[in-house]
Amino acid sequence: MTSIKAAPRQLRKEDSASLSRPRRSRLTASRRETIAGFLFISPWIVGFCVFTLGAMVYSLVISFSHYNLASNRIRAAGGANYANLVDDPKVALSLANTLYYAVMAVPLEIVAALGLALLLNTLGRGAGLFRTGFYLPKMTPAVATASIFFLLLNGNTGAVNRFLGWFGIQGPQWLIDPAWVKPSIVMMTLWGVSGTMVIFLAALKNVPRELYEVAELDGAGAFRRFRHVTLPMISGAVFFNVIVLTIAALQVFDQAYLLFWRDQNNASPESSLFYGVYLYIQAFREFDLGFASAMAWLLFVIILGISLIQLRVGNRFVYYEGGR
Amino acid sequence: MSTSHSAAAQSAATADALGMPAADAPPGRAAKPPRRWGRTLGTVVIGTMLIGFSLLFIYPLLWLLAASLKPRGEVFDNRLIPETFSWHNYVQVWDELPLLSWALNSVLIAMLAAGLVVFSSALVAFGFAYFRFPARNLLFGLVLATMMLPGAVTMVPQYLIWLKLGLVGTWIPMFGANLFGSAFYIFLQRQFFLGLPRELFEAARVDGASYFGMFRRIALPLSVPSLVIIFLFEFQASWNSLQNALIYLNAGSVEGFTVPLGISYAMTKYSPTAGGQGDYQYVMVAALLVTLPMLALFAFGQRYFIEGVATQGRKG
Repeated sequence: MTSIKAAPRQLRKEDSASLSRPRRSRLTASRRETIAGFLFISPWIVGFCVFTLGAMVYSLVISFSHYNLASNRIRAAGGANYANLVDDPKVALSLANTLYYAVMAVPLEIVAALGLALLLNTLGRGAGLFRTGFYLPKMTPAVATASIFFLLLNGNTGAVNRFLGWFGIQGPQWLIDPAWVKPSIVMMTLWGVSGTMVIFLAALKNVPRELYEVAELDGAGAFRRFRHVTLPMISGAVFFNVIVLTIAALQVFDQAYLLFWRDQNNASPESSLFYGVYLYIQAFREFDLGFASAMAWLLFVIILGISLIQLRVGNRFVYYEGGR
Repeated sequence: MSTSHSAAAQSAATADALGMPAADAPPGRAAKPPRRWGRTLGTVVIGTMLIGFSLLFIYPLLWLLAASLKPRGEVFDNRLIPETFSWHNYVQVWDELPLLSWALNSVLIAMLAAGLVVFSSALVAFGFAYFRFPARNLLFGLVLATMMLPGAVTMVPQYLIWLKLGLVGTWIPMFGANLFGSAFYIFLQRQFFLGLPRELFEAARVDGASYFGMFRRIALPLSVPSLVIIFLFEFQASWNSLQNALIYLNAGSVEGFTVPLGISYAMTKYSPTAGGQGDYQYVMVAALLVTLPMLALFAFGQRYFIEGVATQGRKG
């Protein structure tokens, strides 16, 4: 509650401060402030105009042209690139692969991260030590993760299948069998789930103790306390994580590239062709920038659509303290 | 994973995990025998799970350390203590791969990327936090909106922009965009500036400080913690970046690679399918080399990383 009260007070203070600045006439003062403000934010304005807005407009123009980098020739293409999105079966394939991966990865990440956060939250001191251990994979660069799991997931000698063997389970050829390629990448993603966990942990720390005490007095068991106190109180964090993880999953690149598409001369299972990888290949191996830009716009529209749906659904479930 | 636990034990653990820390229970309650029994069981299960998960998270790193010390034929053997210690790998790798030059490139690029983004983001954040000007909230809304923009959309046009500027083939595209601030960091830093007492700045105004003077002498020194967060985050992002290096450095000489790009190159070089000998021990040494600085950074700045990530969640 305190933080909510503090915010408006600070805003008001800010208002009065800038209104009651004594020196010179008010008009000059406020104009000077305007100029200074714009000067301070000018780096962002330049960057936004060039590298965000400019880049987006540029990208839109290119998506309607044939632009071959190798020959450095650009000519109008009409909607040909967009028509090719439909005609090229690999676009649909890579999109399906990516969505399949996202549908598998995001819920597992949320459940794993929340489970681990709840586990750590039961500890008082000592939580820090385990949190450090859990967090180390998050600090491991994707290239290192990929090269470690490249060997750990080896179907014949890898540690993962050895481990499964202890329980009499014959592990699959993770990185060769098309059906197991995506679960392999999910596994790598889950190994680095602690970033999401830390966000949940912070949210759990913010749940007021009294709520649990009241719920317990009312005779609520552990599960009902979780369902009716914890979950609503951290719903904002759940929502945030779902959106961020979905956007990340739809752009998955590093591990898939390193494990399957790094070597141009080597055939890889098509089930590992993710949208981001195919986009990269089209742009920087085939140098078909027009088509790659059309692919980028399709991805943008898809991500925007999914985020909007999530926002709409989320607003129904998320509980904002103080009824924001 | 947790296959070793029985289903009952697991559900008990979940139940306990969902409740409050054991220490919080009123003493009178804990004295009841059945409850205490359940608690002990809960503690055991939670302890087992904690240790199990820790092993799960740390094992691959220990495995990496061990593999980097093994001779060629044993890299795959999954022993955490190598049968034969091949210290030689660590000597040989410098001849095999231009690791030193990769590491140097990576460090310099990451320092420039992080240094630039800290300064530019702080500057912009100060503009948004301190001054009142028309369309301020609208513009800040735009800053937040760009956080949602997928990088894949701007990847191609940004490449073309650098190409048109004649800078592809140099290092500048690896950090150039950082001159203009970065949305999340601007957001983070603005929050921090808003928390500083405004009286400090008013006092400085009265003493005749310029706006930039206030930024440099008051705002920056007081916000070292959040500036460190931004620096560490961007250093990590740059250090790990594979895609940018692929786009901007792959066409150049191998010596000009960063460590991630170099590891990608090495994985192909030693791959039997590409005519290599399967000398993965060198890849493992390189993978260790790219990981250790990040672990060191974490050891030094753990609380900054955790704080920074937690803030990310709070903005939602």
